[in-house]
Amino acid sequence: MTLSRTERARAGGPVATTEVKAPPQGPRPSRRHRWDARWSPYAFITPFFVFFAAFGLFPLIYTGWASLHRVSLHNPTEMEWSGLHNYTRLLEDEFFWNALGNTFTIGVLSTVPQLLMALGLAHLLHARLRGSAFFRVALLTPYATSVAAATLVFAMLYGRDYGMVNWALELVGVGPVDWEGGSWSSQFAVSSIVIWRWTGYNALIYLAAMQAIPDDLYESAALDGASAWQRFVHVTVPSLRPTILFTVVVSTIGATQLFGEPLLFGGSQTGGGSHQYQTLGLYLYEQGWFSFHLGRAAAVAWAMFLILIVVGLVYWLIARRLSKSH
Amino acid sequence: MTPLKIQRQHLRGGWLSHTVLIVFTLGSLLPLLWTAIAASRDNARLASTPPPFWFGGNLGNNLRIAWTDANMGKALFNTVLVAGSIAAGTVLFATLAGFAFAKLRFRGRNILLVLVIGTMMVPPQLSVVPLFMAMAELEWANQLQAVILPMLVSAFGVFFMRQYLVQALPTELIEAARMDGAHSLRVVWHVVFPAARPAMAVLGMLTFVMAWNEFFWPIIALTQDNPTVQVALTGLGQGYVPDQSVIMAGALLGTLPLLVAFAVFGKQIVGGIMQGAVKG
Repeated sequence: MTLSRTERARAGGPVATTEVKAPPQGPRPSRRHRWDARWSPYAFITPFFVFFAAFGLFPLIYTGWASLHRVSLHNPTEMEWSGLHNYTRLLEDEFFWNALGNTFTIGVLSTVPQLLMALGLAHLLHARLRGSAFFRVALLTPYATSVAAATLVFAMLYGRDYGMVNWALELVGVGPVDWEGGSWSSQFAVSSIVIWRWTGYNALIYLAAMQAIPDDLYESAALDGASAWQRFVHVTVPSLRPTILFTVVVSTIGATQLFGEPLLFGGSQTGGGSHQYQTLGLYLYEQGWFSFHLGRAAAVAWAMFLILIVVGLVYWLIARRLSKSH
Repeated sequence: MTPLKIQRQHLRGGWLSHTVLIVFTLGSLLPLLWTAIAASRDNARLASTPPPFWFGGNLGNNLRIAWTDANMGKALFNTVLVAGSIAAGTVLFATLAGFAFAKLRFRGRNILLVLVIGTMMVPPQLSVVPLFMAMAELEWANQLQAVILPMLVSAFGVFFMRQYLVQALPTELIEAARMDGAHSLRVVWHVVFPAARPAMAVLGMLTFVMAWNEFFWPIIALTQDNPTVQVALTGLGQGYVPDQSVIMAGALLGTLPLLVAFAVFGKQIVGGIMQGAVKG
């Protein structure tokens, strides 16, 4: 399903306003017909909202309710009111703060290089290239590799004694590095798995947005004598601002939820011997399914939700400031 | 120079672009190639330096062990069932809702659409505790419907289909069908589905890939007795089978179906992601 450039530009523009008017302008529409036109839209959207209410909205709210209770994994249907105890316990637990810090550093380490490289790759792919279809599919291949498979492979590549990475480092006279054991090295390694899986995907998103930039913007910039780099900075990047914001938001949500990579990198819910790469998602899993405190796990989930809201507000403020200053 | 020439010049990729792209392509593909190489060796060879760079003769043996000991056979069957059901459900419900939001006028439409978009921002992982409690109550733990039902609809899918149908489905066509006395279900069957088919195919593929790789909730809801691929791979990673070359064989088995799908439908999947991006 490929669209021409004009179709893409139109699709990105204002939404079409023509609609079916109900009831239809036929000769004497029957009562059944009018009833159908009036209520069928609701029938069409009902499945989505029923499932979303049952498996999205209700659990989210109920997580908040469960976080105010003592709930054991062994008997999850028994709830005992405990007020804010789960939250105060959370704030006193150094491993919660450790996980919060790790989530932040791994989030920055994985998101920033990933999006910068994706932007660069999209710029290269935007040019007229031999084999561009091949490059696009090849760069997207890691996206088809699951978290579990990718992490198992990277854990081997980063192996301390026989890993490919240390072997290559020793060729140039560095190392060996105990990737899993160190604090920064393990976080770097975990981040690299995220980067490997998602850079190509984000490059395609940027590429799509680049193709929607009108050519005359580049033409007039070129006529003004702007160099290729200046055109990239002054035409491409500003035009991509909404898309960049979109990818930053999506990557941030993904980064706060990071779970599979740190779980399988060392194979344990603690995220390393001294919790050096335990993320909030992993901490939630440990609290609920290894310490058997589902109430505490629910409190972690709500804490993550609140953190996301705060981060979202910060992004919103930044975006507003940026759009005002331009 | 005419403007057109300037533009062509700006757009032509030189040898440097090609080199950088080739480096990144190799970076994307080599870890997968190495997975296959490691899966074709044995544990002793993987525990020695330098690491192997070419295939050995142990692939069949490792695949067989992964298939039986790590339950990969059952895992693959389960995953096809789970991902297929989720893709089918998502496409059906997203097309219906997307059609309503794109082409029908009803009270509360705009606010409901905003609600759909808002739900995209809520990560499903935050809901695992109540879902787990509900599954315990229903005694659904370790059963496949426990991982299918919570994933059966997607806000992204609704939005994707709406954006497609807004421009791909001529309003006159619906009106004409209505004038002929067709009721809504007939309109959906004979007008909406045919017009939506390309987008439905792309959404189905994207959803299938996503569902195949779904991780957090299946880990919690299922056990090694009745795993999906991701659950079985987690068992491998947590020392279920200590042999590294068997672990790589499992990773290969769990990834290969999607890689084949990418080799066949790669262009369509790329197109779908790019289309969703511009519109989303």
